[in-house]
Amino acid sequence: MSDVVERTLSALPALLGPQHPAAGPGRLPATSRLGSLIRSITALTSKHEEEKLIQQEIASLKAMVSAPTTTLRLMKECMVRLIYCEMLGYESSFGYIHAIKLAQQGNLLEKRVGTLGYDLQSTNLVEVCMALTVVSQIFPREMIPAVLPLIEDKLQHSKEIIRRKAVQALYKFYLIAPNQVQHIHDKFRKALCDRDVGVMAASLHIYLEMIKENSSGYKDLTESFVMILKQVVGGKLPIDFNYHSVPAPWLQIQLLRILGLLGKDDPRTSELMYDVLDESLRRAEINHNITYAILFECVQTIYTIHPKSELLEKAAKCIGKFVLSPKINLKYLGLKALTCVIQQDPNLALQHQMTIIECLDHPDPIIKKETLEILYRITNGQNVTVIVQKMYAPDNGWFIQTMNAVFSVGGDALHPDIPNNFLRLLAEGFDDRKEDEQLRTYAVRSYLTLLEEENTFYPQKFLQVMIWVLGEYSSLATDVDPEIILTRLHSLLKKTFVTSDTKAWIMAAVTKIASRTSCSKTIDKLIKEFSSSLDTCMRQHAFELKHLCEDKVLMKNLLPFDASCNDVVVDASLSFLDGFVVEGLSHGAAPYKPHHQRQEEKLSQEKALNFEPYGLSFASSVSSSGITGRQSPTGLSFGSDTSGNSAETGHKETNTLKLEGIRKLWGKEGYLPKKESKAGKPDEPQAASCGNLLAGRVTDPSASQSDQVSSFSEEEKEKQQLASTLFVGLGSNAGVSLMGKMDVATQKFKRKSKINETQNSEEASDIQNSDASTFGPLLDTVPVNKEDCEGNKHTRLRKPSLCSSDTVEDNLAFETPQSLKKPGLNDRLSDSRLSPLSLFADSNIEIFQPSSSALCESANKTSSVPSLPKELEELPHSEVVELCQSDALALYLCKVWKDDSLLLALFASNKKGSALNAVNLVFEKAEHFQILESPAHQFSVIEAQSVEHCQKYVWMDKICTQGILPGSISYQSEMESCLEFSVTLSLLDFIRPMEMTTEDFGKLWLSLSNDVKQNIKMLPSQDSLSAALSTLQQKLKLHIVDIIGNEGILACQLLPSVPCLLHCRTYSGMLALWFRSPCSALPDGLLYQCQKVMEES
Amino acid sequence: MRTAPPSTAGHGPRGGGVGGGSARGVLGVVVQGAARNYASRRAPRAQRISGAGGAGLRGGGPGRDGSAMIRFILIQNRAGKTRLAKWYMQFDDDEKQKLIEEVHAVVTVRDAKHTNFVEFRNFKIIYRRYAGLYFCICVDVTDNNLAYLEAIHNFVEVLNEYFHNVCELDLVFNFYKVYTVVDEMFLAGEIRETSQTKVLKQLLMLQSLE
Repeated sequence: MSDVVERTLSALPALLGPQHPAAGPGRLPATSRLGSLIRSITALTSKHEEEKLIQQEIASLKAMVSAPTTTLRLMKECMVRLIYCEMLGYESSFGYIHAIKLAQQGNLLEKRVGTLGYDLQSTNLVEVCMALTVVSQIFPREMIPAVLPLIEDKLQHSKEIIRRKAVQALYKFYLIAPNQVQHIHDKFRKALCDRDVGVMAASLHIYLEMIKENSSGYKDLTESFVMILKQVVGGKLPIDFNYHSVPAPWLQIQLLRILGLLGKDDPRTSELMYDVLDESLRRAEINHNITYAILFECVQTIYTIHPKSELLEKAAKCIGKFVLSPKINLKYLGLKALTCVIQQDPNLALQHQMTIIECLDHPDPIIKKETLEILYRITNGQNVTVIVQKMYAPDNGWFIQTMNAVFSVGGDALHPDIPNNFLRLLAEGFDDRKEDEQLRTYAVRSYLTLLEEENTFYPQKFLQVMIWVLGEYSSLATDVDPEIILTRLHSLLKKTFVTSDTKAWIMAAVTKIASRTSCSKTIDKLIKEFSSSLDTCMRQHAFELKHLCEDKVLMKNLLPFDASCNDVVVDASLSFLDGFVVEGLSHGAAPYKPHHQRQEEKLSQEKALNFEPYGLSFASSVSSSGITGRQSPTGLSFGSDTSGNSAETGHKETNTLKLEGIRKLWGKEGYLPKKESKAGKPDEPQAASCGNLLAGRVTDPSASQSDQVSSFSEEEKEKQQLASTLFVGLGSNAGVSLMGKMDVATQKFKRKSKINETQNSEEASDIQNSDASTFGPLLDTVPVNKEDCEGNKHTRLRKPSLCSSDTVEDNLAFETPQSLKKPGLNDRLSDSRLSPLSLFADSNIEIFQPSSSALCESANKTSSVPSLPKELEELPHSEVVELCQSDALALYLCKVWKDDSLLLALFASNKKGSALNAVNLVFEKAEHFQILESPAHQFSVIEAQSVEHCQKYVWMDKICTQGILPGSISYQSEMESCLEFSVTLSLLDFIRPMEMTTEDFGKLWLSLSNDVKQNIKMLPSQDSLSAALSTLQQKLKLHIVDIIGNEGILACQLLPSVPCLLHCRTYSGMLALWFRSPCSALPDGLLYQCQKVMEES
Repeated sequence: MRTAPPSTAGHGPRGGGVGGGSARGVLGVVVQGAARNYASRRAPRAQRISGAGGAGLRGGGPGRDGSAMIRFILIQNRAGKTRLAKWYMQFDDDEKQKLIEEVHAVVTVRDAKHTNFVEFRNFKIIYRRYAGLYFCICVDVTDNNLAYLEAIHNFVEVLNEYFHNVCELDLVFNFYKVYTVVDEMFLAGEIRETSQTKVLKQLLMLQSLE
């Protein structure tokens, strides 16, 4: 109601004016009285004094306004003072009613004036305006009937401003009490058709409201609205209405809204407005916020009304303009528009997926929220998980509480990933260390309170989560006595509902806490209690704890604080026990046999008397297990078993290929220790030396890998990946991402695969042919094996069991075709590798290039490229690519893959007309690479327009999938100049095939301990093993040692001489890869490359 | 000079059958309903109005203030001093003071990287900063953000024209004139007059009468 007061304030001078046109001096006392009040207030020094003064003033005013004798003029003057008091925050509500009265008097006055036709129209106009303004402010409902007729009258007023205000007052009435103004609806129509734009515009407010309530009643007005909008858009309005040269933008927006409401779900009405909407879109071209406001409204209308594809297209384009705008406001509105239309047109979201991804991390929460809203609306079965992941927790407390609720409700039905991921999140934390600690501490406290409640049942998984957190992080809550936590855990141990699984968790937690406390009664009690437990597991835990407690130092080392994320290096092959095993064997101990083997042996012995020597019975068990398909009964794993590698439980593949004979102690000829040591010994030192050579240098391969890729592209990649997961299942062509880049990729893929296919099929047939011819006779060798083995192994022996060392050694017939075949195959393949230019010149350079990095390089090749010297030309080499260039000098590079090293041939080309002096090329020290000889080269002079070249031999020092070798070249022209460049080198640049026989392979295989296994999916184009292997052979430069049935063995070396062996096997569309190498990082690196080429090809 | 809002009354014409309590009801419901934000955000406007109005019943009609497009206009300086407060909805004074403080809190923390829009309770605030002054308009979430953003600018352009290079002190010393300008341009919670020439003509006429 203070508005009324304010309004009255502005009305006062007006009221004073008309009523006493001659009373100029009379006004003076009023204002001066107010003036003196203000002056005396400002002169005061304290709030207290002010209060006193104002109270006095108000008291006197109160008396004055209530007195019936007070004249209108005096009243007005009082009002002014009253308003001022109110402004200062003092209670003066008693004056409101008088203020209203005063305003109404104004109305009446005006009426009188109007009827009497006083020649005071201009001032009366103001007065009416004021009254109407007051009416349009907050107005009591009960008073509407009293003033309604007056205002209705005003609709006919000659002055447009009065008509306009009357319409606005009616609008207000409509909002307050729609039923009271029902009878004057036709007057609204008149207002809509008013010749004055302002009046018409005012009536739109009413129509907007009425159409919102009931759009069907006003369909007949659609054409009128369209007409008006057409005129506005067409610039037919007076220039007064322009705002930043846009004609009446707010009016346009209002009209667009109305049209949207009218056209919704009504094709016929929508039909009427298509033209004008199109025009609105077209006309709004100035780059100004207000234009965008219109566009936004327009787009909303277009998507609200019955759709018209042409318009939708334009609207979508328009949304694109918003979304892609650098102005944050517009971007936000773009997102908002997307939110509105996304369900109708999910493709639009696909087009803008990258922007959406970027906005997910925007600093402005309103943008983030809008983005989440979009995601929320495109959520489907396929992307729900990813989208929900993007929803974030507002704070630690919320997160923990929510997770508590999830665990309590979900109970043990939860997917095991959920507690695991939760714990991982806690353990790995975020970037902010402090926040991590807060979160963990909060969790600890929250769980402690939960466990405090006696006799509350919690699901086991929840208990385990709580227990783990307490064990790991309880020391973060420094004010909590560890003894209390231990008592809690202890009491939990005695609960019946706690499963033995959970009890193990508890013991682990207790042990962790114990490592951080000096001594504890509870622990002692616990040890005592469970040392005699019937549960062996618990008893073991108790004893472990007891012994650990006796050696606190060891315990601390064993259980470091917050180390759950540290990688523990586990020698899965238990190779450190090798010495122990060898010693045992040399003392006559039997080689280790896995449980199942022993069982089978036992069974076979039970069945019948075994007349064969021990060794053979052993061999039989090998094959029998091969048939039954039990755990890793292959020659391979047997070999490793004897060498101490008993950690084979994960090897599910039942390999039928035996790569190496079993280290037998007993054979046909009797005891075989000598032969064994001969075979074994030369391998071991070699392997050891390799290991030593690299062990020190090799660091975590994954870390170095990630280092290589620049962080930017990594981020980009991540975003794209996120996009593809988020926008999955959207739109008709959902499978294919709409992003241009992806399309290119698939195209490329198609083109490449075609070529490869033809090539592969060629080679595959070749290999198959040779398979048939060379392996054919092998079957005839079966009798040899048969002699050795029991009858029930026939089926197995029909498969060429190449690698049993006996077979290889005994069977010359086998050896010969093998060695015959090999060169043939190899020649063919190496042909394609060594002289690629002749074969594939220009058509597909990728084939002879080892890595994608080389691919990129070839993209920026220039026209005048130097060529390699003749002796290098014959070796496999890459394209000549430009490294760097200036006005004077260009540097080119060609990689030559020599057998013993990578040769970098560098060409310095002088582009100038004069000679360049002191051209100095220097490679910087790179982490992963080593340049043999000197890293620098000096060309003393390069003649004008000529090319000089130098060669550098490089080895890979530290294994990485891809690395950069930076360098610079400086030269003297007019002044000293220096150009920087970098050479991208891939692991594959340093991989060379390693020729060996199957036998050697088998021996070497056993001597290597670093295992990496992986199953990768084979593409339909390479469904046969030979096709897959030839891909590996070409792309990775592996040497195919042998292919038998569905298994193949390959070998390669990392320059200078680190071997890596690969065993492949196919089954049901998968390719099982098994790498072994003395260097632990090499298999990982190669595996990565394998995956890459298999995916690519 | 202070422009503190008038103190509470509750009765008399100001209450005029609406009563202070109902005013609180309108936003009060909104606050309680914050959890239903999503649902109510997408609900048709009419529903929300009746919901809000229903709680705000007491002498006044339901939906009496619900339909006002602009809920309030605030001009505050950076320190949070209110230079103008225009309410198009019933609030009692405590509520007004709370709103003023809240608006100040949400608006002043934002920087250039942010949009000019903030979600505020169940509404949104469109604000624009001119020197040390924040011009804030609280509107319905379905309203056109840019239209109001430009309405603010239009208003400031008018002020600038009217006061000849307007500054904060102009607003302080001529607060009643500023209210007049507001009333000329916004009425009953709607953008009323957007033509700067017309507004200025009207303002000059009013001024000539003083």
